[in-house]
Amino acid sequence: MSNARPSTEETAESRFDKLNYRRIGLYGLLGAVAVLFLVPLVSGLMTSLKGGNAFATTLPFVPPSPDVATLEPWSTAFSRLGGAMINSAAVAIPATVFSALFGSMTAYGLTKIDWRGQLVVVVLLLAAVFIPYQAVLVPLRQGWTMVGLEHTLELIPVVGDALAARTGLFELIVTHTAYGIPICTVLFRSYYQKLNDEILEAARLDGAPERRVYRRIVLPLSVPMFAVTLIYQFTQIWNDFLIALVLLNSPENFVVTLELNALAGSMQSMYNVQMAGAFLAALPTLLVYIAFGEQFAKGATV
Amino acid sequence: MIERLVRSLRQSSDSDADADSGRPLRSDGGERLNEPRSSSELRSDGGERPGGVDAAESGLGRPDETGPESESTLGSIRRSEFVQSIPFWLPGFLLVGAFVYGAIGWNFLISLTDWSGLGDPDYTNLSLDTYVQLLRDGAFHNATWNTIVLMVAFTGVSLIVGLLLAILMDREIRFGNGFRTIYLLPMSLSFVVTAIFWKWMYNASDGVINVTLEAIGLGAIAPNWLGDPRFKLWAVVIALIWQFSGYCMIVYLAALRAIPDDHYEAARVDGATTLRLYRRVIIPQLRAATMGATVVLVVFALKAFDFIYVIYGGSQPGPSADILGIMMYREAFAGTPEWAYGSAVAMVLFVLALAVIAPYAFAQYRRGDL
Repeated sequence: MSNARPSTEETAESRFDKLNYRRIGLYGLLGAVAVLFLVPLVSGLMTSLKGGNAFATTLPFVPPSPDVATLEPWSTAFSRLGGAMINSAAVAIPATVFSALFGSMTAYGLTKIDWRGQLVVVVLLLAAVFIPYQAVLVPLRQGWTMVGLEHTLELIPVVGDALAARTGLFELIVTHTAYGIPICTVLFRSYYQKLNDEILEAARLDGAPERRVYRRIVLPLSVPMFAVTLIYQFTQIWNDFLIALVLLNSPENFVVTLELNALAGSMQSMYNVQMAGAFLAALPTLLVYIAFGEQFAKGATV
Repeated sequence: MIERLVRSLRQSSDSDADADSGRPLRSDGGERLNEPRSSSELRSDGGERPGGVDAAESGLGRPDETGPESESTLGSIRRSEFVQSIPFWLPGFLLVGAFVYGAIGWNFLISLTDWSGLGDPDYTNLSLDTYVQLLRDGAFHNATWNTIVLMVAFTGVSLIVGLLLAILMDREIRFGNGFRTIYLLPMSLSFVVTAIFWKWMYNASDGVINVTLEAIGLGAIAPNWLGDPRFKLWAVVIALIWQFSGYCMIVYLAALRAIPDDHYEAARVDGATTLRLYRRVIIPQLRAATMGATVVLVVFALKAFDFIYVIYGGSQPGPSADILGIMMYREAFAGTPEWAYGSAVAMVLFVLALAVIAPYAFAQYRRGDL
């Protein structure tokens, strides 16, 4: 920020006559873009607060007048999406934690080894970050059908049936963990490459096996990177639509993105309910973003 | 990754100072060159530790830090390091191998059969027939064309908007964090959520865009965004630009901040105009950032499935907004499944992604950033 960058720090003669106009122009431009960026969200929010048909008769981005203001669209949306949000959390939280852990371990294993083939593993993991999911959907669906988890679980006494009813969610957890590992590895790898080696070496000289070096020293040092990775992964998994669409069959197992799509389909012209639903579905990631914007940006720039 | 790109960029700009700024031998050589304080000094400390660290002992440390004197035992040390590291990376790598590479291989195999999805595929009778069929399919040509249009328009405009915002933001401004938060905000939303918001924006009679057009007296040209074939694809492109140009801004901002001030000053002293300064000095230095962001955006463009699926109410958006991702899903999972056909479309999509990733990965490799 302390950089002397062009146009605000002009040469002396132009500074006086240009500075104010430039500043005003700059803030005007930035502000106008910011407004453009906020329009869809603000008009969505305002629409979600209008009852009855008022959303169609008033301007979308204008706040509701007191006689039409209501939270009813939100409660309608919540009654549809509540259960799906719990399903999403049940998938996103474990899958986030597992993929971050695997990513951290994988990255540790790949930054400390030095063998010719190492680059192959790294390249394969890096490329996997960018794979379009469509390329794996058919095998994914067929593979999980062949594993036949549903019927295997039914054989387990007492809890088996309950678990079998939720098998789609279990499959989603495993799948998201697997697809999260590449990006987590890349994030942790760039972090571990910068890690000061001396303390690790000291522990190794004391005879600590690698797993203790990792658990006692590397893991505690990784906390900031875990924050970035968990935030990024949680957002990604919570926002996933395609994999859930292919793997989940029964509506009671729907995650929130699927349920929101279903709600939009069944409430075609109820835009106020749809907008409320969109905000509800986005709420966790919005909160994460507002609370940890810095870390979110760090993960996003990978 | 971008951080590393930026660092390597800085490194290449200082390359006359570094004798070996070429491809480093070690994968993390790039780090070393830049951080002599934190690692190379410590490394030499380790070698001179009192008590005489012999090869076996230093073998407990990183093999590259044992120095040339232990060359003879390096092989066995490396092997033991390798063996010790296996439990860390193998489980994750196996999962990725199965779910990504195994699945893609299997997908390719399925695309060579004539499997519809019922019963078991016949792997004994493989042929490229499906691909031949695909090449003759008008729907495939159309979807490929739309995919490329979407990809190029979305990526290009997002990069330009992101770069302009980054240039504006790359100075001391009040509420800088506030602006940044707003610009990046859409990226935290899922495609499904943005599709719901934009369906309302594009609503032909009550939506924000057309209401605004009417208010400024342009009601006559207000189009039926989601119904008119001429606008269907562009409606998607505009919304995606809204969602991801903030991301481009963040990437460019990081890269701009890494450019040393004296580059600006030197150009100023030479009397370069602002426009010239950016064209000749700044933008060429942003190549790595552009490349990284392009890869990410192209992959998002190929994934635009979610957005189109939701905003057009299913996998039948009509030919004018049909992209390969949608076509793949439709063939494989909607209506009467044609899994072999869907898999073939998926392979085309994969090759498209690969065509973008490969040059990027190669450039990273040449920079020594892998």
